[in-house]
Amino acid sequence: MTDDELRHVANEVRKGVIVGTHAAKSGHPGGSLSAADILTYLYFEEMNVNPKDPGWDKRDRFVLSKGHAAPALYSALALRGFFPVEELETLRHIGSRLQGHPNMLDTPGVDMTTGSLGQGVSAAVGMALASKHWDEGWRTYCLLGDGEIEEGQVWEAAMFAGNHQLDNLVVVVDHNGLQIDGTIEEVNSAMPIADKFAAFGFHVIELADGNDMTQIREAFGAARKVTGKPVAIVAETVKGKGVSFMEGQVDWHGKGPDDGQFEQAMAELSREA
Amino acid sequence: MAETKKIATRVSYGETLVELGAEHDDFVVLDADLAASTQTGRFKDAYPDRFFDVGIAEQNLMSIAAGIAATGRVAFASSFAMFAAGRAYEQIRNSIGYPHLNVKIGASHAGLSVGEDGATHQCNEDIALMRTIPGMTVIVPCDDVEARAATRAAYEFDGPVYLRLARLATPVFNDPETYEFKLGKGIVMREGTDVTVVACGLMVQAALEAAERLAEKGVSAEVINIHTVKPIDTDLIAQSAAKTGRVVTCEEHSVIGGLGSAVCDVLAERCPVPVRKVGVEDVYGVSGPALDLLHNYGLDAEGIAAAVEELLARD
Repeated sequence: MTDDELRHVANEVRKGVIVGTHAAKSGHPGGSLSAADILTYLYFEEMNVNPKDPGWDKRDRFVLSKGHAAPALYSALALRGFFPVEELETLRHIGSRLQGHPNMLDTPGVDMTTGSLGQGVSAAVGMALASKHWDEGWRTYCLLGDGEIEEGQVWEAAMFAGNHQLDNLVVVVDHNGLQIDGTIEEVNSAMPIADKFAAFGFHVIELADGNDMTQIREAFGAARKVTGKPVAIVAETVKGKGVSFMEGQVDWHGKGPDDGQFEQAMAELSREA
Repeated sequence: MAETKKIATRVSYGETLVELGAEHDDFVVLDADLAASTQTGRFKDAYPDRFFDVGIAEQNLMSIAAGIAATGRVAFASSFAMFAAGRAYEQIRNSIGYPHLNVKIGASHAGLSVGEDGATHQCNEDIALMRTIPGMTVIVPCDDVEARAATRAAYEFDGPVYLRLARLATPVFNDPETYEFKLGKGIVMREGTDVTVVACGLMVQAALEAAERLAEKGVSAEVINIHTVKPIDTDLIAQSAAKTGRVVTCEEHSVIGGLGSAVCDVLAERCPVPVRKVGVEDVYGVSGPALDLLHNYGLDAEGIAAAVEELLARD
């Protein structure tokens, strides 16, 4: 796909986030919108997956370690053809395949159950290790939140990935600067993020604008060329990106838009398209 | 009488992993810097390229195991019970239990019989923690023969398994020629009519010894080995309780939430009878030689026999 085509898809992914969190009257739109462009690139350009055979054993794997961005993952998966886009309206509803946080047993295309922060990255390390051990060649991608990396387990995982030179693993940090209790600097800063991953043996790629498709393509292209080290892409993003009243607002970490906000957000995203 | 052979169930586990390694190449073994103690070191020596040490990082241990299992393989993950079930409880619950992944947790050094290391390393709460996780199978083997069979059963079973293993070498009393392990099925070790003694782990042998002592006093004790604490053999326990009318449970674990509680759950619904729970009361352990500790906490034949007599005296 061209960058313009991917931008169009990313906008549709954003609409799916708004539809889902509006229908659920809850969920996490802020961190879903910040990651929408990266998720779009992964599912529509980077990863080798087959929506007709979600369990294909040679597929690339994706672990949403920041599991609360499930609305964006579901939206990308639906648009990629893993399940009907209409199903996004069932997000968080009783009986839905779209649980509040991803569960691999419920949703086609979800490779790992996540939601408790810090655990997904270790699971991604396990997958990358398995791909190498059984010599299968597929790659593993993992998306972390910048607040999430306050979890000590993230660094246990990073230490192991670095020591085992898992160059089939790409960890992306969605650095939108906000967590529930405030900015990451106010709460308990994990800065400098790039230096930390470098110290743990990662090849670090700093992505100046993680909401810019051209730059995202460059970052993942560079990641593919790295050998002998796992890759960390530190992506500067905007929480709530694409919906004016959600951008940079910590309040939009974990609540759904009401009817009026839904109309405004969808109108803005439709203009964008 | 020839001296009985003594083997720790952690050794049985480690040796069986090596046997399984020769038969299957679809699994790996992980440890968190305790391979020499958990006995996964035996597998490491035999198959160094199929063994991964994550270092002192039990949360990472469990979640890496989950990631490997999510690719369709089996991962054995070992540490001490305290750090497996305790420190990594939430990783086990959310990343292994919830997606029902094929991770087999080999947790050694469970219970008081850790001995000299003391309370920080004596996990008397792991059965309680693990059996609350939906879909988790919890196995507490009583001797070498059973532990070998249980390790194989864990590998073959589709889903997460918690294997509770001991540091202490204990007598091998099951006959490997005739022993049969059926997941979820208790074993009547000795038939009796006056009281049902339900035990797991090293307390099975103590229960059998207690039954001998009680027989000398004219008390007929039925001894049931519940190696699978979850899913528990409800029918066997209820039928035996209906026959004897009273139950004593025996475990090297807290009386809160372990085998005793699981048995009471069954009896409360199926056959309410008086129960005495022999286990660690609501306290921590202390340092000391394992056998002395077990005696001091009433976790031996003498303690079980006394509990039975006390229960009988209530009539």
